[in-house]
Amino acid sequence: MSEFRMPSLGADMEAGTLVEWLAKPGAPLKRGDLIAVVETQKGAIEIEVFQEGILDRLLVDTGTTVPVGTPLAVIREIRAAGAIGAEAEAPPCERPPPTAPKRPRGEAPVVTPFAALPIAPATGRVTASPVARRLASLHGIDLSGIKGSGPTGAVLLIDVELALRSTEKAPAHPQAISSVAQMRSAIAAAMTRSKREIPHYYLSQTADVGAAEDWVRRCNTDRPPELRVLVGALFVKATALAVRRFPEFNGFFMERAFRPSDRVHIGVAIAIRGGGLVAPAVHDANTLSPDALMAAMRDLIGRVRAGRFRSSEIADPTITVSSLGERGVDTLFGVIYPPQVAILGFGRVVERPWIRDGAVVPRPVVTITLAADHRVSDGHRGALFLSEIERLLQEPGSL
Amino acid sequence: MSPDIHAIIEQELKLIAPDIDLAAIDPKHDLREECDIDSMDFLSLVTALHRRLGVDVPERDYPKLITLDGATEYLRRKLAEL
Repeated sequence: MSEFRMPSLGADMEAGTLVEWLAKPGAPLKRGDLIAVVETQKGAIEIEVFQEGILDRLLVDTGTTVPVGTPLAVIREIRAAGAIGAEAEAPPCERPPPTAPKRPRGEAPVVTPFAALPIAPATGRVTASPVARRLASLHGIDLSGIKGSGPTGAVLLIDVELALRSTEKAPAHPQAISSVAQMRSAIAAAMTRSKREIPHYYLSQTADVGAAEDWVRRCNTDRPPELRVLVGALFVKATALAVRRFPEFNGFFMERAFRPSDRVHIGVAIAIRGGGLVAPAVHDANTLSPDALMAAMRDLIGRVRAGRFRSSEIADPTITVSSLGERGVDTLFGVIYPPQVAILGFGRVVERPWIRDGAVVPRPVVTITLAADHRVSDGHRGALFLSEIERLLQEPGSL
Repeated sequence: MSPDIHAIIEQELKLIAPDIDLAAIDPKHDLREECDIDSMDFLSLVTALHRRLGVDVPERDYPKLITLDGATEYLRRKLAEL
């Protein structure tokens, strides 16, 4: 038996609210399967499980807020298993169809009738069905402002849907003010810690990106829009390849020591409409082709917009890239997200007079900045790291 | 019957930027400025319009779609050519 605990999804997280169970008792789990949705200051996050086994029982009800480290469920290991039924025999790569009941219907607490849900009125919590809570949570709606039509005035799904419909005309983003305030306080906590603990140093380098832009233009000519690539994907790829040669910028500073990472998970800073930002990871970005990287970034941005990303994406970026895009500014001075030790900033691409083969010519250029942790690296290595990114951008075909 | 292109663009914009006030958009001004959308959002818009209308929008034509009026006119013309 092992326990599945409330994960820490960032240095600033102390507690999380269990919003939904995505796996049912009796379900086989393999590494990376989604087991639950947890609401944090960063929004609703899908939690992956890192144990293999059978989900034995759930210890925490949906809607409950518990500290990081609290056991949420018990997982039975498969190897310890004389007692496990036929379901454990399935090869781990085969996922059971989500609708297939693994147990007699009466036993599986899949759709718990609302009245049976244990709700503690002592906490001052609004009574609501889990699905209603989740919808409200996703849209940042305060349940206490909704009149419930369920037993004892409980808020049901239909009540939240009606409330959503009535607010549709309002100009405010669904990301309601309360959740924007929460995100601001999460950003404040992380950035305060960063500025307090990390001795930053900053470097800047301007790179000619004409070759990269030409490559992207040629590449996109015959492609339908859904397969087109943006130059931003090349920035991420060049960073991922370069950092393999400069491991002191890739990893975590924890317990007074730097732990380099042998994998490159690039946190991509994404602004959230209505306020705030998150920087979830594109995993193993150095191994992805520009096309695959672009697809991963699109997928990530789409899910951030919808307010759903996975626990590993939030918790494990090893270095962050922030790019303010075509309408941004020339230069970005980043603040490192602890426990990471570096953040790259890409300004917007601008046409500037540039000297090439002894002549002044207009070229598209971008200013690349590095903010890095002086406990781990020095300016000399930082400069070489930036130069390596610049060099890689001159050969976009090899990215 | 030809689809209401203007309405379709507005619907897709609203999906990308749910917080925008469509009534406040200046149809002759840069959409990216009006809606605060970046290059990834703009590509998502072009992708959605391509899927929905079956109109190909090559990258070199992006400047013609930069305003709401421009995009409506461009797509109307392209649809007529189909």
